This record gives sequence, C-alpha cells and structure tokens, in this order.
Amino acid sequence: MKIGVLMKQVPDTETKIRIKDDASGIVVDGIKWVMNPYDEYAVEEALRIKEKKAGSTVTIISMGPKRSVETIRTGLAMGADSGILIDDPALEGADCYATAKALAKVMEPENFDLILCGKQAIDDDSAQVPQMVAEFLGMPQAMVIDKLVVSDDGKKATCYRRIEGGAKEVLEVDLPAIVAAEKGLNEPRYASLPGIMKAKSKPFKEINLGALGLKAEEVGAKGAKLKVKKYFLPAEKAPGKIIPGEPEDAARALVKMLREEAKVV
Amino acid sequence: MAEKQVKIAKGGSFLLEPTGSYRVFTPDDFTEEQKMFSKTASDFLEKEIIPILEKIEHKQPGLVPSLLKKAGELGLLMIDIPKKYDGLGESKATSMLVSEKMARIGSWAVSAGAHTGIGTLPIVYFGNPEQKKRYLPRLATGEILSCYCLTETGSGSDALSLKTKAVLSPDGKHYILNGGKQFITNAGFADLFIVYAKVDGDKFSAFIVEKAGTEGIQIGAEEKKLGLKGSSTCSITFENVKVPKENLLGEIGKGHKIAFNILNIGRFKLGAGAMGPCKVMLAEAIKYGKVRVQFGKPIIDFGMLRRKVADMAIKIYAGESMAYRIAGMMDAGLKSVDEDDVVKQMEIIEEYAIEDSIIKVYGTEVINYVADESLQMFGGYGFTEEYPIERPYRDCRVDRIFEGTNEINRLLIPGTILRRASKGQLPLFEFIARINSELEEKSKSRISKTSGPLAWAVRACELSKRVALYASNLAVQKYALAIQDEQEVMETMANMIIDTYAMDSACARTLQLIEDRGKTKTRVQMDIANVLCQESYDRINLLARNIITAVAGDEAKKHFKNLEKLGTKGRIDSIKIKKEIAAHFVEADGYNLSAS
Repeated sequence: MKIGVLMKQVPDTETKIRIKDDASGIVVDGIKWVMNPYDEYAVEEALRIKEKKAGSTVTIISMGPKRSVETIRTGLAMGADSGILIDDPALEGADCYATAKALAKVMEPENFDLILCGKQAIDDDSAQVPQMVAEFLGMPQAMVIDKLVVSDDGKKATCYRRIEGGAKEVLEVDLPAIVAAEKGLNEPRYASLPGIMKAKSKPFKEINLGALGLKAEEVGAKGAKLKVKKYFLPAEKAPGKIIPGEPEDAARALVKMLREEAKVV
Repeated sequence: MAEKQVKIAKGGSFLLEPTGSYRVFTPDDFTEEQKMFSKTASDFLEKEIIPILEKIEHKQPGLVPSLLKKAGELGLLMIDIPKKYDGLGESKATSMLVSEKMARIGSWAVSAGAHTGIGTLPIVYFGNPEQKKRYLPRLATGEILSCYCLTETGSGSDALSLKTKAVLSPDGKHYILNGGKQFITNAGFADLFIVYAKVDGDKFSAFIVEKAGTEGIQIGAEEKKLGLKGSSTCSITFENVKVPKENLLGEIGKGHKIAFNILNIGRFKLGAGAMGPCKVMLAEAIKYGKVRVQFGKPIIDFGMLRRKVADMAIKIYAGESMAYRIAGMMDAGLKSVDEDDVVKQMEIIEEYAIEDSIIKVYGTEVINYVADESLQMFGGYGFTEEYPIERPYRDCRVDRIFEGTNEINRLLIPGTILRRASKGQLPLFEFIARINSELEEKSKSRISKTSGPLAWAVRACELSKRVALYASNLAVQKYALAIQDEQEVMETMANMIIDTYAMDSACARTLQLIEDRGKTKTRVQMDIANVLCQESYDRINLLARNIITAVAGDEAKKHFKNLEKLGTKGRIDSIKIKKEIAAHFVEADGYNLSAS
C-alpha cells in the first residue's frame, strides 16, 4: 500500500505564546516546534499498516517554512520512508482552503491508496484541511477516527468514531480515502536513536510553487478565502474560589453565589 | 553553526591562552540530530519513568531492569558503543546531552549510567575483539545489564589498595576470584560484572564476570540510602568464583589504567549530566514562585528570590559551557581516529583529565546549590515529599562523593597541571615568567588593552588567570614536590583554577554568540558573563591572598602590591544586573539558553 501522511509543524504545547506588537501573528522567536500531536497518531497508524502489509511505503507531506524539515525528519525517524515539503514564500498567509489546494496538488500524482492526517492542528484548531483535501482529490473522507481497520485486499477501510452518548459510529470507505485521526487511535512510538540516524539518508524533497504547477494568486494569502484580522490572547482567567465550611453550609453559599454573583441559576 | 571547526586545545591550556581566542563547542551548537536524540530521551523520561516513579523509588522488583531493556530498544543505551558492535558510535557531546535528559530522575540516571558508562566502556575501550563481539551487541540493546565493581569496604578513594584476589587455577583455564565489593550500583540485577582484583594479590587487573552459570557470587542486601532510592546498590562477595581465562580485561597489572580512564569519562558525564536536573529544579522553583502569594504578591517578585534565580541560572550557564567545550574537543580529536585505535582514543580522552575533574567538581556542586536554593524557594512545602525538590535534593548529595570524591578531584586538578608542566607538556612556567615580566613593565600590562564587546569580563578573566597562577607559583616555589601534602593549599589552588575555567568557558561561549547573533540577542548571556567574571575574580583574589599569606612570610607585602597591579578597573553593579538576569528567566519560566 502506498500511504501518504499529512503533517504540520506546530509550537510545542508548553510554549508560552506571545502576540506580535501589530497583532498580525504570534512571535515565533524562541518557539520550540513539534509535530502536531494528532498527526503523530496518523504517522503511527501509517507505520502499523505498513508493518502488516509487506511492500507498503509511507510518505510524509507537509507545507510550511524551511524549519518544517526537522519535523518531517522526526516522522522519518519513527519509520516513514520519504518526505515532501512544500515551501515557497508565496504560500505565506494561506488559509485552510489555500493550504488544502496546495497539498492536494502535490498528492495528486502520488496516487496514494490511503491518506492519513490528524483531525486538526493544535495551533489554529481549524479542523478543515482534511475535508477540503478530500474534496479537491475527489476522495471519500472519514474524520475524527479512533479505530481504523484496512481490509486484507487493501480496497476498503472500516473507520470507527465516538459519537455522543458513548456510542460508536462505524464508517466503511472505499480506498483511496482520507482518514483523520483522533486521540486514542494508537500510542505513537518514539523516534528511536538508530531511527534518527537512518532518517538522514531517507529520500526527502522540497518543492516550490513552480514545480507544483500552481500560480501565486491561487495559493497563499492571495488565494485565501479567509483573512485573519487580528490575533489576541484570551483574557486571563480569574482564580477559582474555594468555599470553606461544612458541606451543607458550603452548598448553601454556593447556590447563593450562583444566583447573585454569577446569575446563572 | 555546528559545522564551524572547534579547536583541539591542549588539556589545561585554558589557563594560559587568551580567553575566546578559538572556537569551542557549546550548547548553542547542537545539530538537528542531537536535538532529536535529546527529545527521545526526554519523552522516554516523561512517559515511561515519571508516571511510575513511586514504584521505581520503592524498588518494585524487576521494574528498573525492564525499563532499561525498553530504553535499550530505543537505542538509549548504545550511544557510546561503536557501530561495528551494533552501537551508534555517537559523539561525546551527544552522550552528554542524553545523560542530561536521563539525569532528570536520579535513580534512573545512575542505573542507566552505571550500565552504559562504567559497566560498558571498559569493554568498549579495553576489551579484545573477541570480548567486544561477545558482549557489546547485547549491552547495546540492554539484553544483558552490567555493573562496575571497584570499591571495597576498605578501599574507596584509595582504589589501588583493594584486596580482592585472583589466582590462576592449576589447570591454567580459570582465574579464581576471592573478595568483596561495596556500594555496587545495579548489583541487584546485573548479568555482567566488571571486577577489579589483584592477580596473585599484587597485580591490579580487571575481569569480565558473567553471572549466569557462575557459582560463588553472592549479592548482599540492598543498602538503605539517603537518596537514589530506586537504584540498586548492594555489596557483592566473590567466593572461589571461576572466571574463564579469556575474560581477563586488558593486561595483567594494567587494571589501574582501565579504572582511572573509565572514571575520567564518568566524571565529565556526571558533571555535565547534573545540569539537566538543575534546569528542571530552577523551572519548578520559578513556577512555584509565581503562584505562591505572601504579603499580597507572588513571592517571585521579591528581590531575594530573584537573586537566587539569577545565581542559579548563572551557574547553570557556566556549568554547561564548561562541559560541552570539552566534549567538543574530544569529539573533534576522536573524529580522525580509527574505531579500533583504542590507544589513541584513550590518549585524547586522557588529555582532558584536568577539565574532567573540574567539570565533576563544578557540576556536582552546582546541582547541590541549585537543589538547596530551589528548595528554599518552596519554603516549608519544599521540605515535603509532595513537592518536587525534596527527591532531587536527596538524590544529588552523593554526586559529590562518587566517581572520585570532590576532594580527590580537587587534588588531581593542580596535581595534574604541575605534573604536565614539569614534563614540559604544558608551558606553565613560561607563562608565569611572562606574568612576572608584565608586572615589571612600567606601563600597565598588556591585558589592560583588552577591547571588544565583552571587554570587561574578558579582562577580568585574563587577570584572574594571572592572579591564580602568580599565587600558585609562590606556593610551588615554597613547597616544591611536597606541595602534594599541603592539601589546604592544593584545595585553594584547585578552587582558583575551577573558577578560572568557569569564567573562561562562559566568556568564550558568549563571545561566539555575539559573533553569530549579534549583541541584542545575547544580552542575558553578556550579563551572566559579566557578573560571573566579577564574582569569580573577587573570589580568586581572596584565595590568592590566603595563599600568599600562608607561603610568602615577610615578602607578602610585595606580592600583595603585585596583585593590585592585576586589579580590574571599575566594578559592575551586580545587584542591578542580577535583577535583569532574573527577569529574563522568570519571564521564560525557566532556563532557556541551551538549544535542546
């Protein structure tokens, strides 16, 4: 099976986010970059399928600035076979639509049997790119999946997802399809030290818009349908209150607060 | 940046060469690959060790060995093993960086370190091809786990006086081992023992002893220790233990070479590794200081606590600069050496014995300092097990004792310098002659002309080298060879040299950063270098005066005058600068100056 994994490099979850003075974005200086955690599940799942189906390959595809190479290499160190980075200054300012367009374009000639990705990136939390890529490629899509079974003949995939009330929804899709991973799909492996050393010599290519056959006005800020006007940090949360005393008195005090201060009951 | 050539300087030459005169390796220079190794190690600690720390610390049987095997599968135990024997054959800097991450949990770090370091390296460096082939691939994956048996009840620092005896069996096929070992890390579960014993009671030698199928090895009860509670530490008794003749490691009577060289490597790794937990403790203390409110404000806003933050960060910056500088030089030297040319490899490692001891002493004292001050920042809560400093506070205490006590290492520092100088390997006396002629010059000495972006600190560093060597030279003149017995003087000399190396390494790193990134992005590092240099300079001057007073008698006055000529011009406002340093790390929620 030929498997493609869409991957995005995001700030480490513990990063302290600072906003640029002109509110046009976040300050990227000094940020530690990691693989989007949901994409880690996608990489892991791809590797598990590869281990089961002899002759399979896993290619990691990412769009982003040069530094994204490091994160692609983490995927290669985990065991993926090759990597592709779409890197072009004209891609700056892309929204989900423009991103999906470029990603779809790069995947088209690859003829993947299965495309895996995270259900969303934890930086902008848009959760739109996988669906849009599916549309551009004309593939079925299964989103927010926490269990995936590929049929022995590699023609179909059974995908499970949690729905409200603790129930599971089961989807069956014809392959090729795009499947977006939810937490719980698997436990991603570590990049082993020998794996890290091998990653260096695995095939990796960087492509720009020209090579992709896209024009600058179709992608990046110019091709975007959505423009971010301003970035700001959420208001700081007020500290919680602890109500002391016996349970009965405390409950009474709590109800009073909910009614008079919070005005929610 | 990592591609820039670092210079392979001579060991101890930092005392004699101008500060920042050549490129050194620093924690700013890690490669992408090294950062990935480091991340795997931190992730492993975060996900596999920390969640079950309670169980580890209570020595749940079989737990640590199974974790070591898991770490082995990830390649965390094979960094120093040559590729030829299924290892990674990676650099010392990589090995150091991974140790730093592993060191976050003390008992885990010593278990892993005893296996990969003192338990494996004797075979890496001194094993014959047969022994390497037989053991290294399995040590690399953790399939077999190792320990190092040197210390005995009667021989600790005086390792050469050990009593364990080896005698060749009448049929000439085995050595028969008899004796007892003390404080052996990993003894409780190790499959392999590197045992030092004297052949026929007088020829110091080393043996590889396999536990499986060997009779007469008795493991004692687990020691009840102050810290490192999760690691196995037992005594071992060897009673008529038959060791195949092929398992003699190295040559008969040359075991001391193995013991001391392996300890040298252990030393710099321990000192460097100590920086890992220091960074964690500093971050914990800052985070706590931000949420703990007293007198109506977070305690991190009080000046005395900020001063603590600054001092901890300064010492960490110096400590890691000192350690990686040497790792970089060893790696640059080792790169051109054949994997099998162990003699040459040992020569390169041994070259930095002085710095190894310095890094051991400095690093282990910094971690004890940081543990103490960060615990203090937690106040009463810091004293409880529920808060994060109590454990590392106990765990780090032994750092000053094992891998050569800090006392032994302090003796080694001036001792080795003097030995090399007298053999003509280090132009120490030429430099001292130059200091004297500089002092005689009417005009201010050459060094007063220091210029450049970090001129003040660099000058303080240059002056410190001169002050330290000027005073040390007087002591050497007075005692000659008998100086070895003047331990208080030797200790004072060691302290001056350690401070000098700290200043020199911090300045060299900061100068490089200024060159690579410019001054505006190196503000906090420059502040650190300045404060560190002023405080070290002051301390060195005081120590130099103590030596002069002790050795110069009536001439002391003259020498004090000379020290004045080596005085710094002006002072920096260390209170103010430390406020700025603290503000940086408080804002960053911890130490953020290394690139991993």
